[in-house]
Parts: sequence; C-alpha cells; structure tokens
Amino acid sequence: MTEKIRKSNSNINEVPAEEIDDLVVGKNDHAENLKADLDQLLDDIDSILETNAEDFVNSYVQKGGE
Amino acid sequence: MALPKVCGIETEYGVISRGFDSSPIVASSVLVNAYAGAFKQSIQWDFGDETPDRDARGFSLEDAFPPEVETHMANSVLTNGARYYVDHAHPEVSTPECRTAMEVVLYDRAGEQIIRESMQRANALLPEHHEIITYKNNSDGKGNSYGCHENYLVSRELPFGQLATFITTHFVTRQIYCGAGKVGSELFSERSDAVSYQISQRADFFEEEIGLETTIRRPIINTRDEPHCDPDKYRRLHVIVGDANMSEYATYLKVGTTAIVLAMIEDGAFPTHLIVDSPVSTIRTVSRDASLASPIRLRNGTLKTSLEIQFLILEAAEKYSTHDGLKSVCSAEFPNEGAEILRLWRETLTNLSNGGVGSFDTIDWLAKMSLINAYQDRNDLSPKDARLKALDLQYHDMRPGKNLSDRMNLRKLVAHSDAELARTEPPQSTRAYFRGECLKRWPSLQLVCFTFGTSACSRSRKFRSNDVQNFRCVLISQLRWRYDGENS
Repeated sequence: MTEKIRKSNSNINEVPAEEIDDLVVGKNDHAENLKADLDQLLDDIDSILETNAEDFVNSYVQKGGE
Repeated sequence: MALPKVCGIETEYGVISRGFDSSPIVASSVLVNAYAGAFKQSIQWDFGDETPDRDARGFSLEDAFPPEVETHMANSVLTNGARYYVDHAHPEVSTPECRTAMEVVLYDRAGEQIIRESMQRANALLPEHHEIITYKNNSDGKGNSYGCHENYLVSRELPFGQLATFITTHFVTRQIYCGAGKVGSELFSERSDAVSYQISQRADFFEEEIGLETTIRRPIINTRDEPHCDPDKYRRLHVIVGDANMSEYATYLKVGTTAIVLAMIEDGAFPTHLIVDSPVSTIRTVSRDASLASPIRLRNGTLKTSLEIQFLILEAAEKYSTHDGLKSVCSAEFPNEGAEILRLWRETLTNLSNGGVGSFDTIDWLAKMSLINAYQDRNDLSPKDARLKALDLQYHDMRPGKNLSDRMNLRKLVAHSDAELARTEPPQSTRAYFRGECLKRWPSLQLVCFTFGTSACSRSRKFRSNDVQNFRCVLISQLRWRYDGENS
C-alpha cells in the first residue's frame, strides 16, 4: 500500500493537497465553521433522527457481549 | 529498553434488525457471511492457542467465570490481517497487529468500512423494509455493555502487579479525552436519569480493580494471559476499560498515550507516586465530572484532579522521550509518532483545562455534549426527553447519512481512500503482513507448514513468532511452503 498511507499520515498536520477533499478539513477556518455546522445539523436533524425516538430508545436492547 | 508496542483494537458493534424478528446472533452472522462470502474469505480462525482462562497473576480463582471460546460462530480472517466474526451476540472486528497508534486508527477506520459494506450487502439480500443496523458504541442504556478492547505487547519480565498498579492510574483518568460520552446512568444502584450526561460509555460497568472476567464483575485490569506469541518473553495486555470512538483523534490518543505509558512502566519511568487510592469509585467520579475538577485521592494521601494527573503523566512522558525519542512507539514508516502523540496529548490537555475549546472536533464526549445541549436548548426539552438518548445512540449509527458524528465535522487523520485500501491490504509492519499476504495470494489456503529456527513447527492459519520485530525478514529467509491448492 502504502505509499499513499505513509504519505498522508507521516505527519498528522501535513495532509497532501490531493487528499484534502477526502478529508473534509479546512484548516484555519475549521473552528469558526464548527458552530455554523452545528446550526446546520440542528436544522436538518429531524430528517435524520428516528421518527419515534421513545420507541427506538426502548427497543434498543443488546444482551450478551465480550 | 521497552519492547516495541505492537498493538490492536477489537470492536464489538451493537446490532439490531428492523422490520423482522431476528436474534442478534443471526443478524451478526448474516453481516459476517455477507462480507466474507462476497470476498471469498472462507478461512476460519485456529483456536489451538486460545487460553482465555489463564490468569496473568499466575493463579486461578475458583469462582471466576472466564469467557468461553466459541468455535461454531461465523468467523473469518481477512486479507488485511484482521479477523471478522460473531462474538456472543455482536459482529466484531479485530484489527490486524499494528506497530503504531496511527496504524491502529487506519485499521479501525477500515473496520468501520467493513461493517458498512456488510450492512449494505446484507440489506441488499433482505426483503424490502427489512434491515440490519449496527452501532459503534458500548451500551444500550439499559445496563448491557459490549466492549472495545485494546491489546499491547509488553515484556514478560515486568511484574504484572507493578504493571497493573501504574496503568490503572492512566485508565482511570485517560477517559477525559477518550471517553465517547453517554446520556444517563447505568449503575444498578441509581435511576437512569440520576446523571444527565457523563464522559464515558463504560465507566458504570466496572466493579473490580483486577480480575479475569469480561462480562460480569468487570475489572479495570483484565488478567487474561493469552499472548498469542512466545509466552516466556511476552505478555499481551488485554485492555477492556475503553470506549469505542467515532473520533479518529480520540482513538489515536487512546492507543498512543497508553502505548507510551506502558513503555514508561517497562523502563521504570512512570511517576511512582501516581497511584489512585480507590480506582473503581474514581473511574465513575471522573466520568461524571465534565468540569474535570473533582479531587481524586492518591495512595500517598494527596488530592489531584483527573486533569492534573494526566498533566503529570504527560510531563513524565516528555522527560522520558529525551532518552531514546520513544522508539518503542515509532516505526520506520512513522518515525515521529512518539513526538506527535506527545504534542497532541499536551494540546488536548491544555484545551481541556480551558473548557475544551479547540477540542470539540476531536473529543467524542465534547462533540456529543455540544450536540445534545444545543438540541435540548433549541427545542426546550427536559433532560429526560427520549430524543436526547436517541441522539446519543445515533451519534454511533453506522448507516451512512444517519451517523450524527459524521455530521459534526470531526477532524480526520485518515483519508477515506486509505481506509478503503486498508480494508484489503495488511500493514507491512507486523506479522499480520504475512497472514494477509498468504490469504491474498491463495484465497483457498487452509494450512501453512514451515520450519522456524531449528525446531520444526506446523501451524494452521495462525503464525507464531519469537521475534515480532524481525518476523517478516525471518519468514522470507527461512520459510518453506507446502501448499495443497489449485495454484500450487
């Protein structure tokens, strides 16, 4: 592999330009974007959330593990 | 000198079926078979060396309940060196053995892609409105938990009691940056709504300081002694106390800091006064204290906050790094790994001491908390509203488009294309390379025989190494193939 992986991960702050689109990272304006992203998510969230939250939460049961 | 910190993560995913009744075991099997079948990965795991009942303390407790080895479930070894299987009632992905924290992040992300691909393939086979859905979290909110276990290579020479005492301090306090966040309490002794939000998914489930169990009376230090390599030289520290993370940075810090702390303990560089007095109650106190200001009593009687303890461990690690540049956590591929982990560790603790500003896009519990608080405020909800618990669950939902962490713009370490590549390509830094390459070249491989050094050994599917670091070159020079297949 892994020329690519080596390149993109050799320093976590130095992502090659061609990978930027994949990473959805804007460097300097990232912090300022966070609140705008959160507001946007809250606008959209009812279409993402399970329609009946109470039923969904109650029926999510996981027995047995590890 | 500390051993190279070969490491990996095993993640159990929560699983539900929608539109039809199915046991979680069947749903998990459908996922594993949908994936393994599609890629002709029919090879099974060899259980010959499994000893889950062996206790690292060198004795066995009569009333202990070690986990049973399940050999009949769907079970597959992948070309990237990972194992994908049904564990009890969950689909579980074990990353290949990795050499650095960054590799673990890459293969943990590849594991997520494997799960997503499995859901897509399985659901394409099911009738309309039937669906299997998975969640990368650790609890159902009703007192049932499933694990995200880490593994680290440590020296057999290090007395286990010493290892356990010191690493406990890190496990109790590291959750302030690797906790995944949870709405409510799951302690039997209190109501679910006694806590509105806590830092860790798992902290409620730990009842003992040390022990062999993983499903009941869970211990902070798990004593399973099953090294999967030369037991005279090595231990595999099996860590069951952590949360599964959606944030790649949180996984990176979780594995990176733990690998460094283990190396420090091996080299006698851990600050010996940092021993937590009551780890079981403290792990809960830390989880329930988003202010990070609660005092923790140390065995020497002094009081420190979780943040202060983490800063003291970090400062000792920075001092320790001047000896050999943290070689045990670096590799040829990632020569600056140790320095990167230290830099991010300091940046994160500094941010946490300033209310978390700067880390809301790297720390899961902070990101989830900001989402839940904002949603609650906007809709004027009571802290008991079921929608807040639904948000918590859907932060971990593995369906594309339904996963809320995907929408939080968390900072990334791994490009999507690299995670896709790591779904089929093994890491080149450990023996997983050999396992994965064998399966890539000969998909119907069932048995490998080879001689190693002067003693002949024959192992099917699993490969033993006496020297983890040099395993690849040893294999190339000494391996002998006997392959009974169509490509021979």
